[in-house]
Amino acid sequence: MTSPASPSTPLLAVDALSVSFRTRSGPVQAVHDVSLTVRRGQTLGIVGESGSGKSVTSYAVMGILDRAGRIDSGSIRYGGFALETASETVMNSLRGREISMIFQNPRAALNPIRTVGDQIADVLIEHAQATHQSAREKAIEALRRVRIRDPEQRVDSYPFELSGGMCQRLMIAMALACRPQLLIADEPTTGLDVTTQRAVMDLVRDLTRSEQMATVLITHDLGLAGEYCDDIIVMQRGRVVESGPARTLFTLPRHPYTQGLVRATPHRARTVRDLLPLGAARESTEPVQSATTGRPLLDVVELRKEFPRPRSLANWLRREKPQPFEAVKGITFQVGAGESVGLVGESGCGKSTTSAMIMRLIEPTSGSIRFKGHDIALLRPEVFAQSPARAKMQMVFQDPTDSLDPRWSAARSIADPLVGLGIASNRSEIDGRVERLAQQVGLPLDLLDRLPHQLSGGQKARVGIARALACEPELVVLDEPTAALDVSVQALVLNLLADLRASLGMAYLFVSHDLEVVRLLCDRVLVMRAGEIVESGETRQVLLEPRHEYTRALLAAAPRPPSSAPARPRTHATDAPEIVS
Amino acid sequence: MTGNPVTLLAFTLFSLLLVTAALGPMLVPYDPIASTPTGALQPPSFKHWFGTDQVGRDVFSRVVVATRLDLIISVSAVALSFFVGTAVGAAAGFWGGWFDRLSGRMLDTIMAFPLFVLAMGIVAASGNTIENVVIATAIINLPFYARVARAEVAVRRQAGWVLAARLSGNPSARILYGRIVPNILPPMMVQISLNMGWSVLNAAGLSFIGLGIRPPTPEWGIMVAEGASYIVSGEWWLALFPGLALMAAVFTFNLMGDGLRDLVDPQRRT
Repeated sequence: MTSPASPSTPLLAVDALSVSFRTRSGPVQAVHDVSLTVRRGQTLGIVGESGSGKSVTSYAVMGILDRAGRIDSGSIRYGGFALETASETVMNSLRGREISMIFQNPRAALNPIRTVGDQIADVLIEHAQATHQSAREKAIEALRRVRIRDPEQRVDSYPFELSGGMCQRLMIAMALACRPQLLIADEPTTGLDVTTQRAVMDLVRDLTRSEQMATVLITHDLGLAGEYCDDIIVMQRGRVVESGPARTLFTLPRHPYTQGLVRATPHRARTVRDLLPLGAARESTEPVQSATTGRPLLDVVELRKEFPRPRSLANWLRREKPQPFEAVKGITFQVGAGESVGLVGESGCGKSTTSAMIMRLIEPTSGSIRFKGHDIALLRPEVFAQSPARAKMQMVFQDPTDSLDPRWSAARSIADPLVGLGIASNRSEIDGRVERLAQQVGLPLDLLDRLPHQLSGGQKARVGIARALACEPELVVLDEPTAALDVSVQALVLNLLADLRASLGMAYLFVSHDLEVVRLLCDRVLVMRAGEIVESGETRQVLLEPRHEYTRALLAAAPRPPSSAPARPRTHATDAPEIVS
Repeated sequence: MTGNPVTLLAFTLFSLLLVTAALGPMLVPYDPIASTPTGALQPPSFKHWFGTDQVGRDVFSRVVVATRLDLIISVSAVALSFFVGTAVGAAAGFWGGWFDRLSGRMLDTIMAFPLFVLAMGIVAASGNTIENVVIATAIINLPFYARVARAEVAVRRQAGWVLAARLSGNPSARILYGRIVPNILPPMMVQISLNMGWSVLNAAGLSFIGLGIRPPTPEWGIMVAEGASYIVSGEWWLALFPGLALMAAVFTFNLMGDGLRDLVDPQRRT
């Protein structure tokens, strides 16, 4: 296999590619007539929401479609060589050496019981880039290239000893070990913290330039693609709806779907209403924030949570207890009646532990949680479950799918707190309240009989919200309620939450890793890091003039799309230069 | 259910078994106990489809009538171990702590014995009755249910919908047995179908070595045991037909696994 010759010809050219899958109910077309080109030293972004066919396109290029999938038509040229007809033997020699891929969830892609160095060495030896003698040296060199500190020590560590970001860098090191010409990154930073995301993406971009690779970045995050890609193609339901240079796409999105995506991406200059598609809902007024009375509803004082660590052999020999892990290190904050407070931090900072303690799902080690003047941390869980405070504080969970009983209909899930907390007992009263709640959260009444798997992600999120509102709570804890949703659905849910608060006047404690989302909904923000609150204040002030360096790092790490102008559709879009894929 | 031909076949065979068990004594041409010494050891013919045994009883009648007893033993043994095993395993997976450790070690103790030898010991020690065969079979199957239930409950314990149920004021026991346990039924059903086959074999095995059911009661295991000594002298039908019946029953139960699972899986409903 000869490497592609001239840098001006595209390294990868996909032309009119169509892919379909055999299913029980006949063939399903996953990719329709997709064309794209990538040149050396350039990054192409493929952006789309779940089910848009963006991953299938890349699998077709790699020749790793599963057995049910097949390429119906179109061509895939890698440096002039036809990949769509290449034999499995040829593809095997190309994969890893010429074309490499990195996946979402790096931890799952690594072998947990072998050292990092061994795993890199495997790849090198497999592709005859190293011998058993030189493998270790080369592995250390590969680690150094992806900026892992102390590569001489790290080469002997196991994946579980490394953080998620390190694992992803390791995957990149393995993908790049044989100096491939083309790198396909499929959602490489989904599930990573925003600061880690920045480090990983900076690395990918720098390596793309220094190694003169071509990179394809597949992502659902338009902002991320906007910052790191030279060209972007936007996919919807298996088709390319728009393609062009990143800057043009952001400033002058032409297709309605792209316009919607650009608009729904939370961004500094936008209000929660700006996220919505144009139309009736959009034209309605901004939700009026109910005036906060200043009366504290929730008063958390010196709240602390320690988790015991398993006793090591050394502990056992010295007859001592291991030092416990402090997840939350004595935090103090208040939430006023009707106030919306954001609790922001990266994974492992203790924000979810805090919200679980407030909801009494886990026991605090020490500290007090005063809700409407009563210290609920003192009550035993069984007593608390029956106390009136239980009905007045409810929670919306992170993953809408995971938060609904798979065997229960939407109506039954919504009615559960009404029955469980003894608020309503007779059938007709419950039905009436469930219907009213469904109307409040915008869930069509005919969906109430459906089981969770028959509902879409957004509908499931609405059921979860309706359930939390069923007892007319005064405090709702929102634990990353939109983290598992596509950006357009997130826009709808955020607006719903803003409207509900405006009309019902409850307080929110909004737990999130995303400052941009928190900004849209919250009056005040608490920034948490390693179990402590490092900064708190009015949302506007914290975001515009962050005092703590960690807040500044968080803000700086958020992807910045090329344009900061609000994405209003341009009426003179016809003047824009024609973009051809 | 009709979407899958294997499931359809399995349930057809199963209903055939049920009908045989329910109506067996009414369907057969001869009394399964009555002996006719003059017609002993006759090969299969139009008159005696499966031949006759050493005391002249009709093998076909005995095989058909035995279905009820074998089915009752295996179904009640499986039901017993399913209910007890699921309750224990689910509690261990949900609450953990000392109960988990205690029940875990007890199940380990059961597993440490060769299971058939343990069943033999239980029946021999507690008395040679059908009830004791059922209990012994249930005890040796208990660990399988308890372990599957424990693992399946443990992964769901922290699921969002379980936490939501707690926030809705449901007591723990109701969440566990009213909400989580119904959700672990699909894998349990697969376990049940495998276990039904084993239980039939186990009951037959016990009577084969002379424990549990006693002659002249028609039972597949005894019939195979009694017929085994006649195979060398050429009277193969005595052991073959009850053996085939046993095989068919085990086969049916194993086939039913996927169908049972789909039946209790809400995602398969439309």
